[in-house]
Amino acid sequence: MPTIYIDGQALEVAQGENILEACLNAGMDLPYFCWHPAMGSIGSCRQCALVQYQNEEDTRGRIVMGCMTPVTEGARFSLNAENATEFRSAVVESLMLNHPHDCPVCGEGGECHLQDMTVMVGHRDRRYTGKKNTHRNQYLGPLIHHEMNRCITCYRCERYYRDYAGGKDLGAQASHDHVYFGRHEDGVLQSEFSGNLVEVCPTGVFTDKPFLKHYSRKWDLQSAPSICSGCAVGCNIAPGERYGKLKRVHNRYNHEVNGYFLCDRGRFGSGYINSDARLDYAGIKKTDGRFMAVHQQQAIDTAASWIKNKKVAGIGSPRASLEANYLLRELVGRDNFVAGFSDSEAEIMGTIVRSLKNTTASNPSIKQMEAADAILILGEDVTNTAPRVALGLRQSVRNKALELGEQMGLPPWQDAAIRNLAQDQRSPMMIISAMDTRLDDVASRCVSLAADDIASFGYAVAEVLAGGKSGDVAVNEAAEILLGAKKPLIVSGSSMLHSGIVNGAVAVAEALESQGKQAMLSLCVAESNSLGLALLVDSPLKTKPLTLSKLAKKSGKLDTLIVLENDLERRASNTDIELLVRGGPKIVSMDILENSTLNNSDLVLPAASYAESQGTLVSSEGRAQRYFPVYQPAAERLPSWQWMLQLADACEHKTLSELEHFDQVVAACAASQPLFATLVDVAPMRDYRSQGQKIPRQTHRYSGRTAMNAGVSVHEPQQPEDTESPLSFSMEGLNRDEAASLIPFVWSPGWNSNQSLQKFQAEVDGPLKGGTAGVRIIQSTGAGALQSSEPAEQKLKPHQWHLVPVHQVHGSEEMSANTDEIAELAGRAFIAIGEKVAEKLGVTEGDGLVVTQGKTDISLRVKILSRVAKNCVGFSAGYSETLGLTAGSLVSLVKDQQWVRPTSQMIATDKRTGTQGGSAHV
Amino acid sequence: MLSELRTIWEVLKHTFTKAETVQYPEEMPYLSPRYRGRIVLTRDPDGEERCVACNLCAAVCPVDCIALQKDTREDGTWYPEFFRINFSRCIMCGMCEEACPTYAIQLTPDFEMCEYDRQNMVYEKEHLLINGVGKYPDYNFYRVSGMQTATKDKGEAQNEARPVDTKSLLP
Repeated sequence: MPTIYIDGQALEVAQGENILEACLNAGMDLPYFCWHPAMGSIGSCRQCALVQYQNEEDTRGRIVMGCMTPVTEGARFSLNAENATEFRSAVVESLMLNHPHDCPVCGEGGECHLQDMTVMVGHRDRRYTGKKNTHRNQYLGPLIHHEMNRCITCYRCERYYRDYAGGKDLGAQASHDHVYFGRHEDGVLQSEFSGNLVEVCPTGVFTDKPFLKHYSRKWDLQSAPSICSGCAVGCNIAPGERYGKLKRVHNRYNHEVNGYFLCDRGRFGSGYINSDARLDYAGIKKTDGRFMAVHQQQAIDTAASWIKNKKVAGIGSPRASLEANYLLRELVGRDNFVAGFSDSEAEIMGTIVRSLKNTTASNPSIKQMEAADAILILGEDVTNTAPRVALGLRQSVRNKALELGEQMGLPPWQDAAIRNLAQDQRSPMMIISAMDTRLDDVASRCVSLAADDIASFGYAVAEVLAGGKSGDVAVNEAAEILLGAKKPLIVSGSSMLHSGIVNGAVAVAEALESQGKQAMLSLCVAESNSLGLALLVDSPLKTKPLTLSKLAKKSGKLDTLIVLENDLERRASNTDIELLVRGGPKIVSMDILENSTLNNSDLVLPAASYAESQGTLVSSEGRAQRYFPVYQPAAERLPSWQWMLQLADACEHKTLSELEHFDQVVAACAASQPLFATLVDVAPMRDYRSQGQKIPRQTHRYSGRTAMNAGVSVHEPQQPEDTESPLSFSMEGLNRDEAASLIPFVWSPGWNSNQSLQKFQAEVDGPLKGGTAGVRIIQSTGAGALQSSEPAEQKLKPHQWHLVPVHQVHGSEEMSANTDEIAELAGRAFIAIGEKVAEKLGVTEGDGLVVTQGKTDISLRVKILSRVAKNCVGFSAGYSETLGLTAGSLVSLVKDQQWVRPTSQMIATDKRTGTQGGSAHV
Repeated sequence: MLSELRTIWEVLKHTFTKAETVQYPEEMPYLSPRYRGRIVLTRDPDGEERCVACNLCAAVCPVDCIALQKDTREDGTWYPEFFRINFSRCIMCGMCEEACPTYAIQLTPDFEMCEYDRQNMVYEKEHLLINGVGKYPDYNFYRVSGMQTATKDKGEAQNEARPVDTKSLLP
């Protein structure tokens, strides 16, 4: 630990740091722009200047850049020397020369790093009287608003978009004071991680376009710590609310999970919460098939009369909280509870749970995956099924570069030097998939195989690792790179709905373990609580758990069926749905948005979304994390767990009617099985106090409290009280240094932007002062999870293809697809084929193909991929048009002669800009 | 004794001086334009709403009696979808006027705001907006700001050069 001196003050700093990091770690305010903890230093903005002295006698010193100067033993610096402060002020003054005087109409205002730094260095007036440079803006799609005049050319956007996230369509153009950051022409940003530009940009060049439509300042947002429900990665988010509407979703730092970044589905996919299709009141179906709105209590009483002393079954949901699923299971009894997975997914989730519980390999967090130096991906397009993991994998292939840098004595933050040194050298990553994946560009080798062959590939690699031989070059190469690595990582998952692939991945990981390698095995699952639900219903292999199809068969014997946040159309076959709906049971269902299951129900209950309720979700990493309500549900919506408790109470359920508070539900759930014992530690309970007070959801500058409701009544209502969580709907209290799972937003005096995060971190780029949110609940027995797999051979007739699900970051996920912007990006459902098949069928991109699977015919748009496994075609999974298609089934394809090609490649917002006078990108 | 006599004399002397108080409301006192009374929202010289819904007035308001929501016009300019001042809470401190970057919100010399019903003290935008520029006749934020509007292209704001051609190789 070297000791350095800053303005005479001795500091013990970590070896290998730079002075900027050392200053920030010491709590000093040293302004910076281009440096980012996740992206290192390039020394381009010249803002973090300080004076370095040669020795104690040196009084003149010289100006150095903090971010480019490594700490050395005994080095002497001054932050407050006159020439340093003058230099920093001059830098801001020159950056502000062309700033367009538009803070009042800027979506960054109030959380702008440039504003903060300008105030910090004391710059006030523009002395230069010359003209300001101006730039034209670009249209960058429905998610990102571009305002180039605000740019200070720190290059953070390009370094993030191209170097960090692997995007290709945003970069720097022109030179000197003409530098421009944008695309080669107007168009939608292609990266799935483009939304992070909003947080990476230190000023307002890239701002959140959907948020701008109903904009509120950061200080006016009521926020709560939450967990993204877009996929199973479990990224930590901080959604913000104002006037009863969810305004935006911001990243919430979790050292081990999402770090500083989110994917676009997570950031922009919550618009459905403000949708008009939300249910407000409970409804009972009348004889004419229409619903009659009823009071909460009436709905509960009706439901109770259908449940009490009747034969009741319940269908859970992988997108509902663990607590709601648990309560439903207790209410209907374990033998009458169906997880709510489709039959094929239920099987593969069983395999994944058994694997995770017994494997000798470790299940890594994203942080751990970033350290992997060899990766084998089996059958998963990670960018589309677990996007944030893919962003992590893009960092892990850089380990080769970091290793080369280390040999040259370069610290890891010397970003430009290391990238220059490594050029295209990357750590090996092999992708075995049926089709193109979005990680192909950084893979060392891609192999296209059908699902069964991917499984066999896994087993073959395992065999070679164990000392066997294979004639396949790719298999040998995979075994070689994994054996040559220090931290090999195997990634697979449930997206192909093929248990064999998961078993193959387990076989590789365990073969590595038996060779003495510390292997990491990451299994992606579909939805935010898929793993939690699978753990809840997990039972020994021999007992056959109840599935949707089995439940449908015995639906005639049921009196009532309770459906929890589940659209059966997405999970069950049409015949099963028909049996359940027409088979006789009264159906009580609760959900957030209208869907076909609700329309088929006899009683519907309006459920609160994730932003209005609390619960626990288990991510694919096995990390249980708690989300808290951002605001109180409107109208008569209730969180599902509260509906369940009220139903149990009305039915006078033996154990559940004793429960009243959320904490008691968590405790009961934790006591239900040993694996869940640590659920009580996931986040502090409702009696938690920081400095004697609850954690405030509102900032200390929250405005308009005596006017927001005055339009309705001038008599101000009391702030709603939160009796269930340690947070309050108030600005009173301290948001500082509490448990990491309770930080609703980041702010620190003088640091209004998200850069204030460093004041909450124990050290720069380290865990938060309050630890890391979430508890990993799966403790593997290490007994080994190896399973033999016997892929069932399917005989192909001529002109038949295997149907492979192709997941899309925008469109495949049920809830986010109801958000306007996401729906625009998702486009229409498609059938993905290879070039040769396209030639054979006589179609080109954009044509139509009739897909025949059994008795269903669907006409779909043709998408041509560069790499497709033999005899495979892909379909856009999760789109409403393709719900009738089943992964793994055999289909025939014929050109659709009636197909009308869409007139333009532009998406809806492109057209709208014309009528709005170009408002989208002026 | 002397001091008491002097006091009586001073008081009696004032019997013959002109009264400072006026017979309000028959007679109206003069209040300077800078007097801090009822708040109005003004228009720019072109007759458009000056308020750009930046929220600074609401943020600075010590009694939090201003609430508004930003919306966007077709030409991309910002305006308040609603703008509400709860005058039953307002303390006429004038900090909103100081904070306003567009001279939209101004305090006027009108202080007569009595109501029988407290609900009537809640002013919406239609009550606040006047057809005039108030104390600042010339200022139009969008002429100064770099934001492009329907009538002003990039580079046409105050002190701005024409937009840069990034494809040009000239220095």
